[in-house]
Amino acid sequence: MDKFRMIFQFFQSNQESFMNGICGIMALASTQMYSAFDFNCPCLPHYNLAYGLGILLVPPFILFLLGFVLNNNISMLAEEWRRPQGQRGKDPAVLRYMFCSMAQRAMIAPVVWVSVTLLDGKCVTCAFCTSVPVETLGNASHPRLSQGEIQRLLARIPCKEIYNGQQLIANEVAVRYLRCISQALGWCFVLLMTTLAFLVRLLRPCFSQAAFLKSRYWSHYIDIERKLFDETCTEHARSFAKVCIQQFFEGMSMDLVAARCHLPRKAPAEAEEAAEKLLGITDQGTMNMALKSWHRCKPPLHLHPPALPTGNGWAGEGQPRMHPSAPQKETAAYYSWV
Amino acid sequence: MDRFRMIFQYFQSNSESVMNGICGLLALASVKIYTSFDFSCPCLPQYNMAYGLGIMFVPPFILFLCGLILNRQSLVMLEEWRRPPGHRKKDLAVIRYMCSSIMQRAMVAPVVWIIVTLLDGKCLICAFSGSMDPEKFVGFANMSTVQVQQLLAKVPCKDDELVRNNTSRKAVSRYLRCWSQALGWSILLILIIAAFLARWLRPCFNQAALLQARHWSNYIDIEQKVFEETCCEHSRLFAHKCILHFFESMRQEIKLHSFSLPREGEGAEGGEDLLQGITDQDQVNKLLKTWYYEKPPLDVSQAHQR
Repeated sequence: MDKFRMIFQFFQSNQESFMNGICGIMALASTQMYSAFDFNCPCLPHYNLAYGLGILLVPPFILFLLGFVLNNNISMLAEEWRRPQGQRGKDPAVLRYMFCSMAQRAMIAPVVWVSVTLLDGKCVTCAFCTSVPVETLGNASHPRLSQGEIQRLLARIPCKEIYNGQQLIANEVAVRYLRCISQALGWCFVLLMTTLAFLVRLLRPCFSQAAFLKSRYWSHYIDIERKLFDETCTEHARSFAKVCIQQFFEGMSMDLVAARCHLPRKAPAEAEEAAEKLLGITDQGTMNMALKSWHRCKPPLHLHPPALPTGNGWAGEGQPRMHPSAPQKETAAYYSWV
Repeated sequence: MDRFRMIFQYFQSNSESVMNGICGLLALASVKIYTSFDFSCPCLPQYNMAYGLGIMFVPPFILFLCGLILNRQSLVMLEEWRRPPGHRKKDLAVIRYMCSSIMQRAMVAPVVWIIVTLLDGKCLICAFSGSMDPEKFVGFANMSTVQVQQLLAKVPCKDDELVRNNTSRKAVSRYLRCWSQALGWSILLILIIAAFLARWLRPCFNQAALLQARHWSNYIDIEQKVFEETCCEHSRLFAHKCILHFFESMRQEIKLHSFSLPREGEGAEGGEDLLQGITDQDQVNKLLKTWYYEKPPLDVSQAHQR
């Protein structure tokens, strides 16, 4: 279990390995989708080609786009591409590296779909059944039929139950022929893709290895920098919120103390710490008021410096305009609800 | 750093195991692909041989290329081969060792495919049924050449109406399958004997050179991994410093513009240390906008000179 956790952590920490994982999952999902998909050839002369080629080519395009959408780095690439130059130059080699690595990963699921489709054979059988060479494969003697009739007959080849052209050409012969062509195409396609991948991956160290190392380093750097910046902003937002809320409660408790001048100061010493944490809000009514006030009248996004809470401490000292003299109004606002 | 060290130790001890694992997975994948592949011989005189031999040899080539692509060590070996000598000489024995170990691992899946294909028999029946001598089989003896060719080509298709109940078809099929399985088992035997001899006789020849080559090839692999890990760590630290300096410069800019930000409050509240002097919605917005429009230069030494 420990080893699995280490492996999982390794994959998570290494963005590229994580993307490889997503890419493998999408490839598996693509084979599952294909096997779950209920292929239904229309068996009509003009529709077969459109349906067959549509099933062959449209889902891969969708999977390709999905591969980009699921890749977190696409927004990073877009940001790096569109940002103004500022004090930091832009390196087109880094952008090219990022785009290439994303495109390569996004290509895997579509290639798997096309390969599985071709190796299975149903799509090509459906799309090209009207182009079967009847002269070579069919029976020598068959009743003379018009071109349209022949087309309609041949279009029904994929649908064995309604096929009625056994005299023209045997169904099994035609299906075997088409499937053989489809599988040959499929294996050739896979061979071509594998050879391309081989050349791209293994010829690269022979050329421009130093430039590649540079692009890879800076592309990882941009990714890490973005994550660290987000983390720092989150930390900052957390501290901001903490101080903001603390000041809100302090403001409330000060107002309460000012309003109830008769609050007895007989809290024992050991309970003072706990009482401090309560920030002066010690009963249901006051808590409800605080919650209502938090909802209706959130404090401004401006943390006043921790100066002494005198009556005039708010004004002056170069307060930015975001901080109006709201406290007095706030006091009036929630007291009217009491 | 501790996490990196744990992960790194895992890979260091298991570098060869990882490669063996990939090699085994590819072999299993090759069997699985063969069983799920719907072999359908075209049963036509001109196409049978091409289809049968194609299915027997093209997928192993693809698997071989996949074995090379998926093996990390092939990249390492190529880099070592093509790098300029610099201060470090190149040792050809190491490169040869790496090359041979990569090739051996890449050959496993293709060999598994070919053996499974031969033991199953369908490919050979499909490819060579048309090349059978019809005189040997009773059912095909007294026919014209063209007819015989047609019938022989249809032997792999059991359900074809022409040869469905033909006993000679079964005879041809059995004959070819017998040859196919004999070939398969023979190849398997030869390969296992070769592997056995190679493994057991290797220590008799030049064991010291082998140990050296293996050690340095592992070293090159590990060195590259460590370099990548160090680069990752370095870019993390670089980014950290860069961002801190960015926040610092924003804080200084804010100080310049709002002269009255009191300094006595600093450090009074623990939470405010992390705020780095940015305590206002406008200031945060300005910070985020500046981050986008003017990213800081990639030079963290400047801060020391300020």
